[in-house]
Amino acid sequence: MTNPNTNSETSAWATNTARNTVRLRYWTLTWVLTMALANFGPPFLWRYEPWLTAGAIFVNLMIGFAMINANKRYLQGSDELQKKIQLEAMALSLGVGLVVGLSYSNLDVTSLITFDAEISHLVILMVLTYAAGIYAGHRRYR
Amino acid sequence: MKNRLKVLRAERDWTQADLATKLDVSRQTINAIENGKFDPSLPLAFKAARLFDMSIESIFDDA
Repeated sequence: MTNPNTNSETSAWATNTARNTVRLRYWTLTWVLTMALANFGPPFLWRYEPWLTAGAIFVNLMIGFAMINANKRYLQGSDELQKKIQLEAMALSLGVGLVVGLSYSNLDVTSLITFDAEISHLVILMVLTYAAGIYAGHRRYR
Repeated sequence: MKNRLKVLRAERDWTQADLATKLDVSRQTINAIENGKFDPSLPLAFKAARLFDMSIESIFDDA
């Protein structure tokens, strides 16, 4: 535990948090861009050349792992209230994603909806729920 | 949980941001603790006690 009377040590926490945030932002943006490349590259850039497609998917996967690691470091570097807000938002996102996602899948399986239940719909739902959870957490503890 | 952080901070003419920097937390966390919306962990409570050179019980009160 750091000495609270030492300003140089305490300001290092804020610097580290800012660095972790920038790092997470960088890896998330890179992951999104490589995801777009893996999706749109085959039809628009290299005419479904299998090796290029496999390479793009592999690079996207590896960058995804780097993003997960950056997120882990970001959470570990956060203070206890920030961790609590993140935990509540992630729990909400996971719960809603699981429950609504499976019900949505059932609607598709039983042909109660006329379109396919795509995985992208679930991802959008989870992202929106997570964002709403973060917003609600910051409002609750402001 | 009630606490005297706001008073102790004011006595030293510190802002919430000053106290946050000294305790390695965000300003939002200090604000939430002062307003009783969030209870600090034991390590953070000990850290605050050391900073103000007081006992934990004299800063935080769960009554």
